[in-house]
Amino acid sequence: MKNIVEIRWHGRGGQGAKTAALLLADVAFQTGKYVQGFPEYGPERMGAPITAYNRISENDIRVHSNIYEPDYVVVVDESLLETVDVTAGLKKEGAVIVNTEKNKEDIIPLLGGYEGRVYVIDARAISIAALGRYFPNSPMLAAIVNVSGVMDRETFMNEMRGSYAHKFASKPEVIEGNMKALEMAFDQVH
Amino acid sequence: MAKRDRLSGNEAVAEALRQINPDVMPAFPITPSTEIPQYFSKYCADGKVDTEFIPVESEHSAMSAAIGAESAGARTVSATSSAGMAYMWEELYLASANRLPLALALVNRALSGPININCDHSDSMGARDAGWIQLYAETNQEAYDNMVQAYRIAEHKDVRLPIMICQDGFITSHAVQNIMLMDDAEVKGFVGEYEPEHSLLKDTMAVGPYSVSNYYMEARRAQMEALRNAKAVVKAVGEEFGELTGRKYGWFEEYCMEDAEVAIVIIGSAAGTAKDAVDRLRKEGKKVGLIKVRMFRPFPGTEIAEALKNVKAVGLMDRTESFNDCCGPLGAEVTAALFRAKKQCEMINWVYGLGGRDVRVEDIEKVFADLYDAVENGTNDTYRYLGVRE
Repeated sequence: MKNIVEIRWHGRGGQGAKTAALLLADVAFQTGKYVQGFPEYGPERMGAPITAYNRISENDIRVHSNIYEPDYVVVVDESLLETVDVTAGLKKEGAVIVNTEKNKEDIIPLLGGYEGRVYVIDARAISIAALGRYFPNSPMLAAIVNVSGVMDRETFMNEMRGSYAHKFASKPEVIEGNMKALEMAFDQVH
Repeated sequence: MAKRDRLSGNEAVAEALRQINPDVMPAFPITPSTEIPQYFSKYCADGKVDTEFIPVESEHSAMSAAIGAESAGARTVSATSSAGMAYMWEELYLASANRLPLALALVNRALSGPININCDHSDSMGARDAGWIQLYAETNQEAYDNMVQAYRIAEHKDVRLPIMICQDGFITSHAVQNIMLMDDAEVKGFVGEYEPEHSLLKDTMAVGPYSVSNYYMEARRAQMEALRNAKAVVKAVGEEFGELTGRKYGWFEEYCMEDAEVAIVIIGSAAGTAKDAVDRLRKEGKKVGLIKVRMFRPFPGTEIAEALKNVKAVGLMDRTESFNDCCGPLGAEVTAALFRAKKQCEMINWVYGLGGRDVRVEDIEKVFADLYDAVENGTNDTYRYLGVRE
């Protein structure tokens, strides 16, 4: 892993992109890293485009600006590709991950000529299969961990089980479904 | 034993308050400070603290209730932002004039309009003459540490003034980052029990008296003396805190100032970003430095002027607009301090980051480049906006 990895999340209000960024900060923290996880708030309403950010570093992080040249971009909502330049500043050596049921070949032309790696994942299908409802953030989280390699699979799964146990203390019945969504997403992102 | 954790700035302040376990918290929600009373009221409901939480119907009432509680001898805290603080305005002055050492967790947010929920310092800077002690934070860690130190400063017998613990809205309040937390017992031991010399429930005490012209000025002069005393207390408490935790605090932090030719003076989260800019420029051999102001009230002007005595140019960074057509509040204070110290150099005051406008490392590098240009060529353009579209 590089000394610092910077990740930008694009989603819509209510989809959990901010929560996913905070969860990623959480698990990376558990592996001993310095982390930042923060949202950029625009108009506060369901469905509005939102951006969230992660920095994961071996050293203390002092910078407090948004991320303009990320190593990775995660697109939680495919419809954003029409209106938001999601690959703006994205490093060529990096990658973008898009939540879509389409093939990679159909997505690449929508990415403004981005030359780096492109990954797709059908987070909706995974979420419906694992949880019975559409919550894209868990699958997208597993996808970015796999693609970025910020930690290995076993560590990630162990830490996430702990995080979910804490987060869903009042409804433990959803923990297994979320763990299944993570496993499926880890395998299926391509 | 200190505990390594990761918390947002709001979580960090709520955690400090849980450890402090104040007697009373009246509060009314407003973005981005809402989470502080939200988390804290859960601690109350779960029995983790025995604080009396008062869900008031406005910020005007929040500060009024805080004044009442503190007058009764209860250790009191509230939290707010922006328009919420504006609605406390009258009571801010009453809290300080009545010498009530309550604490306010202020999460800095722009004042309207246009309506904006993001960070700038217009709320607390507008209240700079309200007689409160003001401490600012660069990080979630500093917000937590300042909260832990707050009552030791405010309640000190030579001070007895309210204290504002400020942090940058969203930038630190909603960003999860690493933090070192103290033990509960360590915090309780450091903060100690509140034993007011006088209170309404203990003996007698005048709260909210009328003062004729023959006495008003003496009252204000006495209040000024208390604020002046806060200076030494802030330093002493910051040093004691440093012995306990390894994180020492003073009135301001000097970063790479020993041999600096060009420097900026800045407050809050942008100081962290600016430190990265300083490091980049230092690698290029440029002798740049930074002063981060932690305590804005009382203002350590003499000491800041001393720290700047060798620079050829200084950038004064204000995250608010004063509408006086020449400088912001920090710019005015530092310029006056340098003048009193008979120190002359190039001074440029920048307004930056209004309404949450992002501040990048490159923006601060540009500031330093402009300062070098002023050293070289001089400048009459001493009041500027950073990164604005015109």
